[in-house]
Amino acid sequence: MERCVVVGASMAGLRAAEAVRKTGFGGEVVVIGDEPHMPYNRPPLSKEALLGTAPADLAFRVPRAAQDVTWRLGERATGADLDARTLTLAGGETLEWSGLVVATGLTPRRLSLPGPAAGRHVIRTLDDVVALRKELIAGARLVIVGAGFIGCEVAAAARVADVEVDVVAPEQVPVERPLRAELGRALQRRHEAHGVRFHLGTVPVAYLGTSRVTGLRLSDGTELAADVVLEAVGCVPNTGWLEGNGLDLGDGVQCDNLLRVEGRPDVVVCGDVASFPNLLFDDVPRRVEHWTMVTDTAKRAGATLGRHLVGEPADPAPFAPIPSFWSDQYDLRLQSFGAVGLGADDVRVLEGDLDADVAVGYHREGRLVGVVLIGLPQRYQHYRALIAGSAARS
Amino acid sequence: MRITVDLAKCQDHGQCVYSAPTVFALDAEGKLAFRTATDGDRYRSEDLDESLRDDVEEAADACPLQAIMVED
Ligand SMILES: Cc1cc2nc3c(=O)[nH]c(=O)nc-3n(C[C@H](O)[C@H](O)[C@H](O)COP(=O)(O)OP(=O)(O)OC[C@H]3O[C@@H](n4cnc5c(N)ncnc54)[C@H](O)[C@@H]3O)c2cc1C
Ligand code: SF4
Repeated sequence: MERCVVVGASMAGLRAAEAVRKTGFGGEVVVIGDEPHMPYNRPPLSKEALLGTAPADLAFRVPRAAQDVTWRLGERATGADLDARTLTLAGGETLEWSGLVVATGLTPRRLSLPGPAAGRHVIRTLDDVVALRKELIAGARLVIVGAGFIGCEVAAAARVADVEVDVVAPEQVPVERPLRAELGRALQRRHEAHGVRFHLGTVPVAYLGTSRVTGLRLSDGTELAADVVLEAVGCVPNTGWLEGNGLDLGDGVQCDNLLRVEGRPDVVVCGDVASFPNLLFDDVPRRVEHWTMVTDTAKRAGATLGRHLVGEPADPAPFAPIPSFWSDQYDLRLQSFGAVGLGADDVRVLEGDLDADVAVGYHREGRLVGVVLIGLPQRYQHYRALIAGSAARS
Repeated sequence: MRITVDLAKCQDHGQCVYSAPTVFALDAEGKLAFRTATDGDRYRSEDLDESLRDDVEEAADACPLQAIMVED
Protein backbone atom coordinates (compact mmCIF):
# COMPACT_ATOMS: atom_id res chain seq x y z
CA MET A 1 0.00 0.00 0.00
CA GLU A 2 1.06 3.57 -0.61
CA ARG A 3 2.20 5.44 2.46
CA CYS A 4 2.71 9.10 3.16
CA VAL A 5 5.01 9.83 6.09
CA VAL A 6 5.00 13.19 7.86
CA VAL A 7 7.97 13.92 10.12
CA GLY A 8 7.12 16.44 12.87
CA ALA A 9 3.85 16.17 14.83
CA SER A 10 3.14 19.83 15.40
CA MET A 11 1.08 22.45 13.63
CA ALA A 12 2.75 22.05 10.22
CA GLY A 13 2.57 18.24 10.38
CA LEU A 14 -1.10 18.24 11.34
CA ARG A 15 -2.15 20.70 8.62
CA ALA A 16 -0.08 18.93 5.97
CA ALA A 17 -1.54 15.52 6.86
CA GLU A 18 -5.02 17.00 6.55
CA ALA A 19 -4.18 18.59 3.19
CA VAL A 20 -2.78 15.32 1.80
CA ARG A 21 -6.01 13.57 2.77
CA LYS A 22 -8.11 16.27 1.17
CA THR A 23 -6.60 15.50 -2.25
CA GLY A 24 -8.23 12.06 -2.02
CA PHE A 25 -5.06 10.14 -1.22
CA GLY A 26 -6.32 6.80 0.08
CA GLY A 27 -3.10 5.23 1.34
CA GLU A 28 -1.75 5.26 4.84
CA VAL A 29 -0.79 8.60 6.44
CA VAL A 30 1.69 8.29 9.33
CA VAL A 31 2.88 11.23 11.44
CA ILE A 32 6.10 10.78 13.42
CA GLY A 33 6.78 13.19 16.29
CA ASP A 34 9.37 13.14 19.04
CA GLU A 35 7.28 15.07 21.57
CA PRO A 36 4.87 12.93 23.62
CA HIS A 37 1.98 15.34 22.93
CA MET A 38 -0.55 15.69 20.12
CA PRO A 39 -0.04 18.93 18.15
CA TYR A 40 -0.60 22.05 20.24
CA ASN A 41 -0.48 25.79 19.79
CA ARG A 42 2.88 27.40 20.65
CA PRO A 43 2.33 31.19 20.75
CA PRO A 44 0.60 31.11 24.17
CA LEU A 45 3.70 29.40 25.64
CA SER A 46 5.56 32.69 26.00
CA LYS A 47 2.39 34.61 26.94
CA GLU A 48 -0.70 33.45 28.86
CA ALA A 49 0.51 29.83 29.36
CA LEU A 50 3.33 31.17 31.53
CA LEU A 51 0.63 32.65 33.72
CA GLY A 52 -1.39 29.47 33.93
CA THR A 53 -3.35 28.34 30.81
CA ALA A 54 -4.01 24.62 31.25
CA PRO A 55 -2.09 22.46 28.74
CA ALA A 56 -5.29 20.85 27.39
CA ASP A 57 -6.41 24.29 26.22
CA LEU A 58 -3.47 24.44 23.85
CA ALA A 59 -4.16 21.24 21.87
CA PHE A 60 -5.32 21.71 18.27
CA ARG A 61 -8.57 20.05 17.29
CA VAL A 62 -7.92 17.19 14.91
CA PRO A 63 -10.16 17.89 11.91
CA ARG A 64 -12.30 15.23 10.31
CA ALA A 65 -10.02 14.86 7.29
CA ALA A 66 -7.15 13.91 9.62
CA GLN A 67 -9.06 11.43 11.80
CA ASP A 68 -7.63 8.28 10.22
CA VAL A 69 -4.01 9.39 10.48
CA THR A 70 -1.63 7.19 12.47
CA TRP A 71 0.16 9.20 15.15
CA ARG A 72 3.48 7.81 16.31
CA LEU A 73 4.35 10.10 19.18
CA GLY A 74 7.51 9.96 21.25
CA GLU A 75 9.40 8.65 18.20
CA ARG A 76 12.27 10.42 16.51
CA ALA A 77 13.40 10.16 12.90
CA THR A 78 17.17 9.80 12.77
CA GLY A 79 17.80 9.40 9.04
CA ALA A 80 16.22 9.30 5.61
CA ASP A 81 17.29 7.91 2.25
CA LEU A 82 15.38 9.90 -0.35
CA ASP A 83 16.45 7.72 -3.29
CA ALA A 84 15.42 4.50 -1.56
CA ARG A 85 12.32 6.22 -0.05
CA THR A 86 12.97 5.10 3.50
CA LEU A 87 12.98 6.69 6.93
CA THR A 88 14.88 5.43 9.95
CA LEU A 89 13.54 5.84 13.49
CA ALA A 90 15.54 6.11 16.69
CA GLY A 91 14.56 2.56 17.70
CA GLY A 92 16.16 1.23 14.51
CA GLU A 93 12.94 0.60 12.58
CA THR A 94 12.88 1.49 8.88
CA LEU A 95 9.68 2.80 7.30
CA GLU A 96 9.08 2.85 3.56
CA TRP A 97 7.15 5.73 2.03
CA SER A 98 5.85 6.94 -1.31
CA GLY A 99 5.61 10.55 -0.14
CA LEU A 100 7.48 12.44 2.60
CA VAL A 101 6.55 15.67 4.41
CA VAL A 102 9.34 17.48 6.25
CA ALA A 103 7.76 19.40 9.17
CA THR A 104 10.41 19.21 11.88
CA GLY A 105 10.49 22.89 12.90
CA LEU A 106 13.22 24.36 15.08
CA THR A 107 15.12 23.77 18.30
CA PRO A 108 16.25 26.61 20.57
CA ARG A 109 19.92 27.47 20.44
CA ARG A 110 21.73 26.95 23.78
CA LEU A 111 24.61 28.99 25.12
CA SER A 112 27.73 26.97 25.70
CA LEU A 113 29.02 28.68 28.81
CA PRO A 114 30.84 27.32 31.85
CA GLY A 115 28.82 26.87 35.03
CA PRO A 116 25.97 24.76 36.41
CA ALA A 117 23.09 23.56 34.22
CA ALA A 118 20.27 23.64 36.80
CA GLY A 119 18.15 26.78 36.61
CA ARG A 120 18.77 27.38 32.88
CA HIS A 121 15.76 27.19 30.59
CA VAL A 122 14.65 27.55 26.97
CA ILE A 123 11.11 27.90 25.68
CA ARG A 124 9.79 26.04 22.67
CA THR A 125 7.74 23.11 23.99
CA LEU A 126 5.00 22.48 26.51
CA ASP A 127 7.47 20.58 28.68
CA ASP A 128 9.82 23.61 28.62
CA VAL A 129 6.99 25.81 29.90
CA VAL A 130 5.91 23.41 32.63
CA ALA A 131 9.50 23.43 33.92
CA LEU A 132 9.93 27.21 33.66
CA ARG A 133 6.54 28.09 35.15
CA LYS A 134 7.40 26.29 38.39
CA GLU A 135 10.32 28.67 38.94
CA LEU A 136 8.56 31.91 38.06
CA ILE A 137 7.25 32.72 41.52
CA ALA A 138 6.65 36.28 42.71
CA GLY A 139 9.88 37.88 43.87
CA ALA A 140 12.14 35.44 41.98
CA ARG A 141 14.96 37.01 39.94
CA LEU A 142 14.76 36.04 36.26
CA VAL A 143 17.54 36.88 33.83
CA ILE A 144 16.56 36.60 30.17
CA VAL A 145 19.39 36.29 27.68
CA GLY A 146 18.18 37.61 24.31
CA ALA A 147 15.96 40.61 23.52
CA GLY A 148 13.96 39.24 20.59
CA PHE A 149 10.19 38.69 20.57
CA ILE A 150 10.25 35.60 22.80
CA GLY A 151 12.56 37.27 25.34
CA CYS A 152 10.39 40.40 25.42
CA GLU A 153 7.14 38.44 25.72
CA VAL A 154 8.47 36.38 28.62
CA ALA A 155 9.77 39.57 30.27
CA ALA A 156 6.25 41.04 30.09
CA ALA A 157 4.55 37.88 31.40
CA ALA A 158 7.09 37.60 34.23
CA ARG A 159 6.56 41.23 35.30
CA VAL A 160 2.82 40.63 35.39
CA ALA A 161 3.59 37.75 37.80
CA ASP A 162 5.77 40.08 39.94
CA VAL A 163 9.00 38.37 38.98
CA GLU A 164 12.13 40.59 38.89
CA VAL A 165 13.41 40.77 35.29
CA ASP A 166 16.82 41.61 33.80
CA VAL A 167 17.36 41.29 30.05
CA VAL A 168 20.87 40.82 28.65
CA ALA A 169 21.57 41.10 24.90
CA PRO A 170 24.40 41.99 22.53
CA GLU A 171 22.32 44.47 20.48
CA GLN A 172 22.06 48.12 21.48
CA VAL A 173 18.26 48.03 21.27
CA PRO A 174 15.75 45.19 21.91
CA VAL A 175 14.09 43.55 18.87
CA GLU A 176 16.49 45.62 16.77
CA ARG A 177 17.05 42.99 14.12
CA PRO A 178 13.39 42.39 13.26
CA LEU A 179 12.04 45.92 13.85
CA ARG A 180 15.02 48.31 13.69
CA ALA A 181 16.02 50.86 16.28
CA GLU A 182 13.12 53.36 16.33
CA LEU A 183 10.41 50.87 17.24
CA GLY A 184 12.82 48.79 19.34
CA ARG A 185 13.60 51.78 21.53
CA ALA A 186 9.92 52.58 21.89
CA LEU A 187 9.28 49.02 23.10
CA GLN A 188 12.25 49.25 25.46
CA ARG A 189 10.74 52.37 27.08
CA ARG A 190 7.47 50.50 27.66
CA HIS A 191 9.27 47.57 29.27
CA GLU A 192 11.30 49.89 31.46
CA ALA A 193 8.10 51.58 32.60
CA HIS A 194 7.02 48.12 33.79
CA GLY A 195 10.26 47.66 35.74
CA VAL A 196 12.34 45.55 33.31
CA ARG A 197 16.10 46.32 33.49
CA PHE A 198 18.06 46.06 30.22
CA HIS A 199 21.79 45.29 29.91
CA LEU A 200 22.47 45.88 26.23
CA GLY A 201 25.62 45.70 24.17
CA THR A 202 26.90 42.93 26.42
CA VAL A 203 26.78 39.12 26.57
CA PRO A 204 27.06 36.58 29.38
CA VAL A 205 30.47 34.92 29.62
CA ALA A 206 29.87 32.54 32.55
CA TYR A 207 27.16 31.17 34.81
CA LEU A 208 27.87 31.52 38.52
CA GLY A 209 26.99 29.00 41.23
CA THR A 210 27.87 25.40 42.05
CA SER A 211 24.88 23.04 42.01
CA ARG A 212 22.55 25.53 40.31
CA VAL A 213 22.75 28.96 38.71
CA THR A 214 22.94 31.87 41.16
CA GLY A 215 23.99 34.53 38.67
CA LEU A 216 25.78 35.47 35.45
CA ARG A 217 28.99 37.27 34.67
CA LEU A 218 28.71 39.61 31.67
CA SER A 219 31.36 40.60 29.14
CA ASP A 220 31.36 44.17 30.52
CA GLY A 221 32.37 42.79 33.93
CA THR A 222 28.97 43.15 35.62
CA GLU A 223 27.69 40.30 37.78
CA LEU A 224 23.92 39.79 37.85
CA ALA A 225 22.18 37.70 40.52
CA ALA A 226 19.66 35.18 39.18
CA ASP A 227 17.35 32.48 40.53
CA VAL A 228 16.25 31.46 37.02
CA VAL A 229 17.74 32.05 33.57
CA LEU A 230 15.96 31.91 30.21
CA GLU A 231 18.11 31.55 27.10
CA ALA A 232 16.05 33.11 24.28
CA VAL A 233 18.76 33.44 21.66
CA GLY A 234 17.08 32.11 18.56
CA CYS A 235 16.56 28.67 17.07
CA VAL A 236 18.19 26.25 14.65
CA PRO A 237 16.24 24.22 12.05
CA ASN A 238 15.90 20.47 12.71
CA THR A 239 17.45 19.08 9.55
CA GLY A 240 20.17 16.71 10.81
CA TRP A 241 18.05 13.65 9.97
CA LEU A 242 18.04 14.66 6.27
CA GLU A 243 21.80 14.87 5.88
CA GLY A 244 23.50 12.78 3.21
CA ASN A 245 20.84 13.34 0.54
CA GLY A 246 22.48 16.23 -1.31
CA LEU A 247 19.85 18.76 -0.14
CA ASP A 248 20.55 22.44 0.50
CA LEU A 249 20.29 22.54 4.31
CA GLY A 250 22.07 25.89 4.71
CA ASP A 251 19.10 27.50 6.49
CA GLY A 252 16.29 25.00 6.90
CA VAL A 253 15.37 22.89 3.88
CA GLN A 254 15.34 24.74 0.60
CA CYS A 255 12.34 24.14 -1.63
CA ASP A 256 10.49 25.64 -4.60
CA ASN A 257 7.27 27.63 -4.82
CA LEU A 258 5.28 24.36 -4.65
CA LEU A 259 7.24 23.51 -1.45
CA ARG A 260 8.96 20.59 -3.23
CA VAL A 261 12.58 19.78 -2.63
CA GLU A 262 14.51 20.27 -5.87
CA GLY A 263 14.14 17.39 -8.29
CA ARG A 264 11.91 15.38 -5.97
CA PRO A 265 8.15 15.53 -6.53
CA ASP A 266 7.67 13.14 -3.61
CA VAL A 267 9.30 15.26 -0.86
CA VAL A 268 7.74 18.51 0.42
CA VAL A 269 8.64 20.89 3.25
CA CYS A 270 6.47 23.16 5.43
CA GLY A 271 6.37 25.28 8.56
CA ASP A 272 9.32 26.97 10.26
CA VAL A 273 11.84 24.59 8.67
CA ALA A 274 10.91 25.47 5.06
CA SER A 275 12.98 27.92 3.05
CA PHE A 276 10.74 28.85 0.12
CA PRO A 277 10.34 31.70 -2.38
CA ASN A 278 7.33 33.91 -1.69
CA LEU A 279 6.29 35.31 -5.06
CA LEU A 280 4.63 38.27 -3.36
CA PHE A 281 8.16 39.69 -3.08
CA ASP A 282 10.64 37.84 -5.30
CA ASP A 283 11.97 34.36 -6.07
CA VAL A 284 14.57 34.14 -3.29
CA PRO A 285 13.95 31.25 -0.85
CA ARG A 286 13.69 32.41 2.77
CA ARG A 287 12.64 30.90 6.05
CA VAL A 288 9.76 32.54 7.94
CA GLU A 289 8.95 31.93 11.62
CA HIS A 290 5.36 33.19 11.61
CA TRP A 291 2.41 31.25 12.93
CA THR A 292 0.09 32.11 10.03
CA MET A 293 2.73 30.99 7.50
CA VAL A 294 2.74 27.49 9.02
CA THR A 295 -0.82 26.83 7.87
CA ASP A 296 -0.22 28.50 4.50
CA THR A 297 2.86 26.43 3.71
CA ALA A 298 1.46 23.17 5.14
CA LYS A 299 -1.73 23.35 3.09
CA ARG A 300 0.27 24.10 -0.05
CA ALA A 301 2.84 21.36 0.64
CA GLY A 302 0.20 18.76 1.51
CA ALA A 303 -1.78 19.58 -1.63
CA THR A 304 1.36 19.39 -3.81
CA LEU A 305 2.32 15.99 -2.41
CA GLY A 306 -1.22 14.59 -2.34
CA ARG A 307 -1.82 15.52 -5.97
CA HIS A 308 1.45 13.90 -6.99
CA LEU A 309 0.48 10.72 -5.17
CA VAL A 310 -2.98 10.52 -6.77
CA GLY A 311 -1.54 11.36 -10.19
CA GLU A 312 -2.94 14.86 -10.60
CA PRO A 313 -0.99 17.88 -11.87
CA ALA A 314 0.28 20.37 -9.31
CA ASP A 315 -1.63 23.58 -8.61
CA PRO A 316 -0.34 26.08 -11.21
CA ALA A 317 -1.32 29.15 -9.16
CA PRO A 318 1.70 31.01 -7.77
CA PHE A 319 2.11 30.83 -4.00
CA ALA A 320 2.27 34.39 -2.63
CA PRO A 321 0.91 34.41 0.94
CA ILE A 322 0.89 37.66 2.92
CA PRO A 323 3.19 37.22 5.92
CA SER A 324 1.52 38.23 9.16
CA PHE A 325 2.97 38.16 12.66
CA TRP A 326 1.83 39.35 16.06
CA SER A 327 3.30 39.69 19.52
CA ASP A 328 1.55 40.45 22.82
CA GLN A 329 3.44 42.28 25.55
CA TYR A 330 1.53 43.63 28.58
CA ASP A 331 -1.69 45.07 27.22
CA LEU A 332 -0.21 45.99 23.86
CA ARG A 333 -0.56 44.07 20.63
CA LEU A 334 2.10 44.39 18.02
CA GLN A 335 0.92 43.29 14.57
CA SER A 336 2.97 43.09 11.40
CA PHE A 337 2.05 42.49 7.77
CA GLY A 338 4.45 41.85 4.92
CA ALA A 339 8.22 41.35 5.00
CA VAL A 340 9.55 43.90 7.44
CA GLY A 341 13.09 42.58 7.06
CA LEU A 342 13.17 43.40 3.34
CA GLY A 343 12.47 47.06 4.05
CA ALA A 344 14.67 47.52 7.09
CA ASP A 345 16.83 50.24 5.54
CA ASP A 346 13.97 52.69 4.95
CA VAL A 347 11.73 52.93 8.01
CA ARG A 348 9.07 55.66 8.35
CA VAL A 349 6.29 56.40 10.84
CA LEU A 350 3.10 56.21 8.76
CA GLU A 351 0.69 57.42 11.42
CA GLY A 352 0.50 57.87 15.18
CA ASP A 353 3.23 58.30 17.76
CA LEU A 354 6.03 55.85 18.65
CA ASP A 355 5.17 56.11 22.35
CA ALA A 356 1.46 55.51 21.83
CA ASP A 357 -0.44 53.77 19.02
CA VAL A 358 1.65 53.79 15.87
CA ALA A 359 1.99 52.38 12.36
CA VAL A 360 5.54 52.07 11.01
CA GLY A 361 6.28 51.35 7.35
CA TYR A 362 9.28 49.46 5.93
CA HIS A 363 10.21 50.21 2.31
CA ARG A 364 12.37 48.61 -0.37
CA GLU A 365 13.36 50.87 -3.24
CA GLY A 366 10.68 53.31 -2.18
CA ARG A 367 7.96 50.68 -2.14
CA LEU A 368 6.12 49.64 1.04
CA VAL A 369 6.96 45.96 1.78
CA GLY A 370 6.08 45.71 5.49
CA VAL A 371 4.06 47.43 8.22
CA VAL A 372 4.23 47.10 11.99
CA LEU A 373 1.38 48.40 14.11
CA ILE A 374 1.24 48.93 17.84
CA GLY A 375 -2.40 49.16 18.73
CA LEU A 376 -4.56 50.61 15.91
CA PRO A 377 -6.63 47.41 15.40
CA GLN A 378 -9.11 49.41 13.35
CA ARG A 379 -6.33 49.93 10.78
CA TYR A 380 -5.35 46.24 10.27
CA GLN A 381 -7.47 45.69 7.21
CA HIS A 382 -6.30 48.90 5.61
CA TYR A 383 -2.58 48.12 5.99
CA ARG A 384 -2.90 44.47 5.11
CA ALA A 385 -4.62 45.44 1.86
CA LEU A 386 -1.94 48.02 1.20
CA ILE A 387 0.79 45.40 1.57
CA ALA A 388 -1.06 42.94 -0.64
CA GLY A 389 -1.23 45.61 -3.33
CA SER A 390 2.18 47.19 -3.11
CA ALA A 391 4.61 44.53 -1.92
CA ALA A 392 4.61 42.81 -5.27
CA ARG A 393 7.94 42.36 -7.00
CA SER A 394 10.12 45.37 -7.34
CA MET B 1 -23.88 23.83 9.53
CA ARG B 2 -23.29 26.33 12.34
CA ILE B 3 -20.24 27.92 13.86
CA THR B 4 -19.60 28.98 17.42
CA VAL B 5 -16.97 31.48 18.50
CA ASP B 6 -15.61 31.54 22.04
CA LEU B 7 -15.53 35.29 22.59
CA ALA B 8 -13.59 34.92 25.84
CA LYS B 9 -10.77 33.29 23.85
CA CYS B 10 -11.01 35.51 20.74
CA GLN B 11 -8.54 38.40 20.80
CA ASP B 12 -9.78 40.13 17.64
CA HIS B 13 -6.88 39.08 15.41
CA GLY B 14 -9.16 39.29 12.38
CA GLN B 15 -7.57 36.34 10.57
CA CYS B 16 -10.99 34.72 10.19
CA VAL B 17 -12.16 37.68 8.12
CA TYR B 18 -9.65 36.92 5.35
CA SER B 19 -10.60 33.24 5.23
CA ALA B 20 -14.39 33.67 5.31
CA PRO B 21 -15.23 37.30 4.52
CA THR B 22 -18.93 36.62 4.07
CA VAL B 23 -19.21 35.15 7.57
CA PHE B 24 -16.77 37.15 9.73
CA ALA B 25 -16.23 40.89 9.94
CA LEU B 26 -14.48 43.39 12.15
CA ASP B 27 -16.34 46.48 13.31
CA ALA B 28 -15.09 50.06 13.13
CA GLU B 29 -13.01 49.60 16.30
CA GLY B 30 -11.34 46.51 14.90
CA LYS B 31 -13.32 44.13 17.15
CA LEU B 32 -14.99 40.95 15.90
CA ALA B 33 -18.45 42.11 14.84
CA PHE B 34 -20.16 39.12 16.55
CA ARG B 35 -19.36 40.74 19.89
CA THR B 36 -22.31 43.06 19.52
CA ALA B 37 -24.58 40.17 18.44
CA THR B 38 -24.45 38.49 21.84
CA ASP B 39 -23.96 39.52 25.44
CA GLY B 40 -22.44 36.20 26.56
CA ASP B 41 -19.02 34.70 25.90
CA ARG B 42 -20.23 32.48 23.11
CA TYR B 43 -21.58 33.41 19.70
CA ARG B 44 -23.54 30.78 17.79
CA SER B 45 -24.40 31.45 14.17
CA GLU B 46 -27.57 30.79 12.24
CA ASP B 47 -27.57 27.76 9.98
CA LEU B 48 -24.93 28.48 7.31
CA ASP B 49 -24.98 27.21 3.77
CA GLU B 50 -22.91 24.07 3.21
CA SER B 51 -21.03 25.87 0.40
CA LEU B 52 -19.31 27.95 3.09
CA ARG B 53 -17.79 24.92 4.82
CA ASP B 54 -14.32 25.20 3.27
CA ASP B 55 -14.12 28.88 4.12
CA VAL B 56 -15.22 28.54 7.73
CA GLU B 57 -12.97 25.53 8.27
CA GLU B 58 -10.10 27.60 6.94
CA ALA B 59 -11.08 30.39 9.34
CA ALA B 60 -11.10 27.93 12.25
CA ASP B 61 -7.57 26.78 11.28
CA ALA B 62 -6.36 30.36 10.87
CA CYS B 63 -7.59 31.69 14.21
CA PRO B 64 -4.52 32.20 16.45
CA LEU B 65 -6.58 31.56 19.59
CA GLN B 66 -8.42 28.57 18.08
CA ALA B 67 -11.66 30.20 19.17
CA ILE B 68 -13.83 29.07 16.23
CA MET B 69 -15.70 25.77 16.23
CA VAL B 70 -17.45 24.35 13.18
CA GLU B 71 -20.44 22.18 14.07
CA ASP B 72 -21.62 19.51 11.64
C1 LIG C 1 7.19 30.38 22.56
C2 LIG C 1 6.76 30.72 21.17
C3 LIG C 1 5.95 31.84 20.92
C4 LIG C 1 5.56 32.18 19.63
N1 LIG C 1 4.76 33.27 19.45
C5 LIG C 1 4.37 33.62 18.20
C6 LIG C 1 3.55 34.77 17.98
O1 LIG C 1 3.18 35.48 18.92
N2 LIG C 1 3.20 35.08 16.71
C7 LIG C 1 3.59 34.32 15.66
O2 LIG C 1 3.25 34.65 14.51
N3 LIG C 1 4.36 33.21 15.82
C8 LIG C 1 4.76 32.86 17.07
N4 LIG C 1 5.54 31.73 17.26
C9 LIG C 1 5.96 30.94 16.08
C10 LIG C 1 5.03 29.75 15.77
O3 LIG C 1 4.54 29.17 16.91
C11 LIG C 1 5.82 28.76 14.93
O4 LIG C 1 5.96 29.37 13.69
C12 LIG C 1 5.14 27.39 14.79
O5 LIG C 1 4.97 26.77 16.03
C13 LIG C 1 5.98 26.49 13.89
O6 LIG C 1 5.33 25.27 13.69
P1 LIG C 1 6.05 24.03 12.98
O7 LIG C 1 5.05 22.94 13.02
O8 LIG C 1 6.63 24.44 11.70
O9 LIG C 1 7.30 23.70 13.88
P2 LIG C 1 7.37 23.17 15.39
O10 LIG C 1 6.19 23.70 16.13
O11 LIG C 1 8.73 23.46 15.87
O12 LIG C 1 7.15 21.60 15.26
C14 LIG C 1 8.10 20.69 14.83
C15 LIG C 1 7.86 19.38 15.55
O13 LIG C 1 8.71 18.39 14.98
C16 LIG C 1 9.30 17.65 16.01
N5 LIG C 1 10.57 17.07 15.51
C17 LIG C 1 11.72 17.74 15.23
N6 LIG C 1 12.67 16.89 14.77
C18 LIG C 1 12.09 15.66 14.74
C19 LIG C 1 12.57 14.36 14.35
N7 LIG C 1 13.80 14.17 13.88
N8 LIG C 1 11.71 13.31 14.47
C20 LIG C 1 10.44 13.50 14.93
N9 LIG C 1 9.95 14.70 15.30
C21 LIG C 1 10.77 15.77 15.20
C22 LIG C 1 9.49 18.66 17.12
O14 LIG C 1 9.65 18.05 18.37
C23 LIG C 1 8.19 19.44 17.02
O15 LIG C 1 7.17 18.84 17.76
C24 LIG C 1 5.97 31.38 18.55
C25 LIG C 1 6.78 30.25 18.77
C26 LIG C 1 7.18 29.91 20.05
C27 LIG C 1 8.06 28.72 20.28
S1 SF4 D 1 -9.33 34.96 14.02
FE1 SF4 D 1 -9.92 34.22 16.04
S2 SF4 D 1 -9.14 35.73 17.43
FE2 SF4 D 1 -9.21 36.62 15.42
S3 SF4 D 1 -11.12 37.75 15.29
FE3 SF4 D 1 -11.39 35.76 14.37
S4 SF4 D 1 -12.13 34.50 16.07
FE4 SF4 D 1 -11.25 36.30 17.00
